[in-house]
Amino acid sequence: MSRRKSQEEYERTKAFRFWRWMSGKQDPYLGKVELVPREEPEETELTIQERMTERQMIRDKVYDIEHNKKLGVFHKIYEALAVCFCLALAGILLYTVSLLPATGVADKPVNNEVPARYIEKGLQETGAVNIVTGMILDYRAFDTFGESNVLFAATTTVLILLHSRKRAKDKQRREEESEGENDRVYEPKQDSVLQVAACVLVPVIILFGIYVILNGHLSPGGGFSGGAIIGAGLILYLSAFGFEKTEKLFTEKTYKCISFGALTTYCLAKSYSFFTGANHLESHIPLGTPGAIISSGLILILNICVGLVVACTMYTFYVMFRKGDF
Amino acid sequence: MDFVRNFPFFSIMLSMFAGILCSILPRRAARWVNLGAVGTIGALSAGLLGYLLKTGESYTYLMGHFPAPWGNEIRAGVLEAGMALFFCVIMLLSLLGGQKKLEEDVAEEKQSLYFILMNLLLSSLLALLYTNDLFTAYVFVEINTISACGLIMIRGTGRTIEAAVRYMIMSLLGSGMLLLGICVLYDLTGHLLMSNIKEQVALLAVSGEYHIPLMVCIGLMCVGLAIKSALFPFHAWLPDAYGYSTVSSAAVLSSLVSKGYIFLLMKLIYRVIGFEVFKDSHIIDVLFVFGLMGMIFGSLSAIRENDIKRMIAFSSVAQIGYIYMGIGMGTQFAMAASVFHILSHAATKSLLFVATAGLCDVSGGSKHFVDLTGAAYRDKWAGAAFSVGALSMVGVPLFSGFISKLLFAQAAVNLSGRMLPVLVVLGISTILNAIYFMKTVIRIYTPVKENGAKGNQDGRLLYPLVLCLFIALNVILGVNSQPIVDLIEQGLQMFA
Repeated sequence: MSRRKSQEEYERTKAFRFWRWMSGKQDPYLGKVELVPREEPEETELTIQERMTERQMIRDKVYDIEHNKKLGVFHKIYEALAVCFCLALAGILLYTVSLLPATGVADKPVNNEVPARYIEKGLQETGAVNIVTGMILDYRAFDTFGESNVLFAATTTVLILLHSRKRAKDKQRREEESEGENDRVYEPKQDSVLQVAACVLVPVIILFGIYVILNGHLSPGGGFSGGAIIGAGLILYLSAFGFEKTEKLFTEKTYKCISFGALTTYCLAKSYSFFTGANHLESHIPLGTPGAIISSGLILILNICVGLVVACTMYTFYVMFRKGDF
Repeated sequence: MDFVRNFPFFSIMLSMFAGILCSILPRRAARWVNLGAVGTIGALSAGLLGYLLKTGESYTYLMGHFPAPWGNEIRAGVLEAGMALFFCVIMLLSLLGGQKKLEEDVAEEKQSLYFILMNLLLSSLLALLYTNDLFTAYVFVEINTISACGLIMIRGTGRTIEAAVRYMIMSLLGSGMLLLGICVLYDLTGHLLMSNIKEQVALLAVSGEYHIPLMVCIGLMCVGLAIKSALFPFHAWLPDAYGYSTVSSAAVLSSLVSKGYIFLLMKLIYRVIGFEVFKDSHIIDVLFVFGLMGMIFGSLSAIRENDIKRMIAFSSVAQIGYIYMGIGMGTQFAMAASVFHILSHAATKSLLFVATAGLCDVSGGSKHFVDLTGAAYRDKWAGAAFSVGALSMVGVPLFSGFISKLLFAQAAVNLSGRMLPVLVVLGISTILNAIYFMKTVIRIYTPVKENGAKGNQDGRLLYPLVLCLFIALNVILGVNSQPIVDLIEQGLQMFA
């Protein structure tokens, strides 16, 4: 069945107008495109003067030429001085580096009793095959606790800066209001290449991260690197599947619980070890057999804590710097 | 080992744990945890101070099972414990005094984040006081920087965010320079533990080996910490950061954060580089000149300012100049004067910020001088407290500022080359201080005809109480100064 339009409806379509134009019944441009000369306003001496002074005033007010000229000169001098200053600083630093003890010389000041003991007795005293982990999580665990708190403070600061002010309970309204500001609405949902790749990669990445954390005291790696790997896996998952899916796994509450749990464990575990160490009490934490997965005292637990904190920090940063949040 | 010796470790861990705990608590609970932690740490520090005065010597404390150059170590002496006590008192008073303003300025759900940062800031200050290891110092400098940024930014208006960005850039530049200095020093000496570095540096100074890198690294560390504590030419971040943040943040930043860095610098001078080596380098002259310039230019900027909070902020630049001048004079007594000025300035500046908040509140929230006319009649307590702070800053006897000026002058008189510049600049700076502080005091005590709406002072028992405590602290520092100066000198001797 053909769909015929009524005459009235047909007259409103473009096809009708086109046909009319083709058949010369109507020229659509007639009376519409010719230039009509504008009426010249009567110019007297007074109006010209007025216009000129007005323009001058606006120019003076808006641009403030004199001041801008000075400012421009100042900026040029400022830039030149800044470049000179940076070059001078770089020069001084390079010159200083050239005067420092040469690398690779045996009697360098840094080759003293400190690294000697780390290397010779590290395994025996900390139980960690990976000496670096032994150093950062046993010899100098206090610094590392400070380092985890740096991450914690950084996340808190980012939350202060970027966390949405609206509470979760008026979620509905939030989504309606800020559609343009929220990636929840505009995120690419059906990117199947990314999704398939993520399906394959994310489990592997996260498993590898867990492996790196758990073997931190045995092989290169540890909490910081393993946590970063897990965080990267979570970020990939989020970019492939969007907030809807990741929210099942990771919300703001999860972040709070995990970071609180991890940091508290670190704090309590290390407080015990600091307290016993300083008061010359015996620590009841066995070091185990070096090389076994459950060995080296607290290091494994601390690695897990650090890894969790790092993963949470990375993921939270990513979520916060996207449009919209948790 | 006496149980009291654990207190520095307890203080640091307690404040960090309180910060972690605040992350899962609602805002009221977080506030109580924060106040409780600060109070407890103050009490612990007081106990420690008493113990150290009794034994009369400092001690080191192992953080773990390994002795010092391998493991971490902290160290406590009279000066550290006294500073910790003082910092806790100031922080407690600033938090209580700014509490009402905090609830207005900061969005409700962000208040518990504020207390997290406050706790972390306290822990980093304590660690800077007690640390005996350069790398530990650097880690906690980082925590300090980040938390301070958050504390500035939390108000969330455009100006505070701009101020925080500025603060962050300058402060990170400072941290970077400090880190470079530490790296060079590590390369030269092979140690991170302060006492070991000092031995090695003394050997290097005698042999004259690596002279230039040593000077560069001293310079880098001094400039880095000077940027972070807003010494004169590096103070561009300061007025906005203090002027636009919420009251407790401004008070804590001006009286504690910058002082923490200065204390670290003193620690570097005494315990890392060695006082004699530092004195022989010419960096001390640079600090001296910058200090003198800061005293004058800070005050000049403050005179030109039309916004009361920014005026007080610029006055901080001048006061930091005093402290650096004392460091630059290069005698033990001048250093003691600087430490006393740290106390005096911290007590006075936080008082001024808290009092100003009250004055602005009763003047329709405006910070401009025109609107503040007669504000002292509308809020009598804040007016009185502001006057006390102003008099103390100018250096009127009875108040703490007088004693620090007296000590600086005394230190200068014994000094041959530097007596004249110190005394002249001290005089000029006092006059400039008097110009802008007295101008403000006269302004707030000028009666206005229609004596506007009186500030609603019902149920604000806390605020006058805090102001009274601040005034009392100031008067105690001013009247009872001799024991405190003795304490500082004893502490400095333990330091070396």
